[in-house]
Amino acid sequence: MNFKVALRSASNIVSQDITSQSVGKYAIEVRNLSIYYGNFQAVRDVSLFIPRQKVTAIIGPSGCGKSTMIRAFNRMNDLIPSAFAEGEILFMGQNIYNPLVDPVEVRRHIGMVFQKPNPFPKSIYENIAWGARINGFKGSKSDMDDLVEKSLRGAALWDEVKDKLNSPALALSGGQQQRLCIARTIAVEPEVILMDEPASALDPIATLKIEELMQQLKENYTIVIVTHNMQQAARASDFTAMMMLTEDLKTGTVIEYGRTIDIFTHPKDKRTEDYVTGRFG
Amino acid sequence: MNERGIFGKQSVNNLPQRHRMALIWRLIFQVSTIVGIITLTALLYNILNSTFGYLIIETKINPASLNAGDVPLEDLTKDALIRILEENITLGAFRTLQRDLPFEQRSRDDVFDLVVERVLKPDVKVTFSLVDSLFKRNEIEETLASSYPNGTLVFRTWLTPRFLITPQASVPLFAGVRTAVIGSLWTIAITILVAFPLGVGAAIYLEEYATDNSINRIIQTNINNLAGVPSIIYGMLGLAIFVRALEPITSGSLFGLVADPSTANGRTIFSAGLTLALLVLPLIIINGQEAIRAVPNSLRQAAYGLGATKWQTVWHHVLPAALPGILTGTILAISRALGETAPLVVVGASTLITLDPSGPFSKFTTLPIQIYQWTARPQDDFRNIAAAAIIVLLILLLTLNASAILLRNRFSRRLV
Repeated sequence: MNFKVALRSASNIVSQDITSQSVGKYAIEVRNLSIYYGNFQAVRDVSLFIPRQKVTAIIGPSGCGKSTMIRAFNRMNDLIPSAFAEGEILFMGQNIYNPLVDPVEVRRHIGMVFQKPNPFPKSIYENIAWGARINGFKGSKSDMDDLVEKSLRGAALWDEVKDKLNSPALALSGGQQQRLCIARTIAVEPEVILMDEPASALDPIATLKIEELMQQLKENYTIVIVTHNMQQAARASDFTAMMMLTEDLKTGTVIEYGRTIDIFTHPKDKRTEDYVTGRFG
Repeated sequence: MNERGIFGKQSVNNLPQRHRMALIWRLIFQVSTIVGIITLTALLYNILNSTFGYLIIETKINPASLNAGDVPLEDLTKDALIRILEENITLGAFRTLQRDLPFEQRSRDDVFDLVVERVLKPDVKVTFSLVDSLFKRNEIEETLASSYPNGTLVFRTWLTPRFLITPQASVPLFAGVRTAVIGSLWTIAITILVAFPLGVGAAIYLEEYATDNSINRIIQTNINNLAGVPSIIYGMLGLAIFVRALEPITSGSLFGLVADPSTANGRTIFSAGLTLALLVLPLIIINGQEAIRAVPNSLRQAAYGLGATKWQTVWHHVLPAALPGILTGTILAISRALGETAPLVVVGASTLITLDPSGPFSKFTTLPIQIYQWTARPQDDFRNIAAAAIIVLLILLLTLNASAILLRNRFSRRLV
């Protein structure tokens, strides 16, 4: 009993540390980040400042460490036993790799949407309610109903599913499933939403809907998106980070970072220019 | 038809050859299936052949010699039957019967059965298989006439409701499987109660929590090997640990639940259940691990991404998704435990108990033990009741498995 109380108060301290910091210009500050899988270095010495309430895209060829990096932003890499990170990732002024920080708390504040839609094999309603419930939601049934509706509206899915909230989520189409995953993420009210190629398994119309949704979401959330699709990055993002394997070490790093319009029209780096104009490889 | 294949000069058209090869393999697979079916049919034929058939019975006392006037024994009243019983068995035996259940409360059929069993003392001389009974009726009647002039020919179904509800007895004609069925059910219940939570717990730990280090790899290898250890070894283990070392616990004397724990001496249903639990534990663990491993990682990531702890992820998503697979493993475990004989012989199953086991601290016998003992007897009629008991065992097995499968299907439907 005492043990439980002690644990909870410890995580409260950490969560206050995370959220009570003065609101700066940047949601996430990455400083000299390197990521390793055992002896293999996947990402080297990345420094990146991700602005609040904007869409930041991370682009680059396959295998350059884009997914590895975005998964470091909410400590999803912890699930891979051999992975570890060096450097700092500051979220609300607090290094999320500080040993005192609980990764569970980090993931509550920095949500994630995955490449393949992965709704839980439960009803649509339960998909959204579950995240709130496990994070200590104590409202009544009608409060939960409101939260589900708000989240589904936030993900532009309410009108399509409002009559079948209790039907299984896996019966939805791929695009709807992905928007359900977004709704599920915003139901726990994170500050940042990470999207790891959210539209790569979807058709163009579903992709368009996700992109439109991102424009709505950035009014309230900071969005980081990994994408293979350069048009998507150009259309949907405000800032773009270009990642590439360095020629000597075969590890990924950010070679250029700036406003999306600058990256696509006046790239400073020759490799970026080759890549965004399709001359690469 | 083109003699050359698709690569022109470099190849030949080997399509007919490839089709022939495919045909040969298909035939081999078909033969394997047919051999399997034939084996199963032979098994069923063998069992059914012994479950029904003609018997030649000679009674020790001729029914007509009983002082019953001209009325045949079958038509006598209950009172007349009681009188016959009283006249023909010892006073002590009659009082014992009276003490077990007063004659006023016994039904007429019950008293009639007692007269047959205690007074007439029928003795099975020859038994005939079902096939012989159906097709060699004449030869059977000749045997009767020539060798057993005093005998009567009866067609007997060994598997009757009476067979199910009668306790064990030393005479096959009056023996039943009641004690064995109850013993089996008790043992399986204890086995599952112990092995299921332990096995699933270990599977969750090994799959979700254990890191990939040398100690855990050794544990894993050992579990895999334990699944293949001969069951008699588990019997030795059960004898050493549960029957001998933990006797105060397994005999129930520690809890003061049993009036006289020394009658069972630790050779109880509890010991048997625990021994079988050890036996099926690796089976449940391995199947549980397989099922948990088959849960897609994306489900775990989705839960973690919402700020779930490991336990919330496992309890709410991994376990429900893995449950059908875990239950499949449990079904296999039940089947295995229900059919085990060797370890229970070592643990000390009783050869003959006529009283129902009253709880986990009773002496016990189980169906396979019963079948094994009956088949070991030289008399023909023991083989008949063994066959009937085999059918009971098969039905019990199918019932338990069917309920587990129903349970599994309910869980898998709820998920989709």
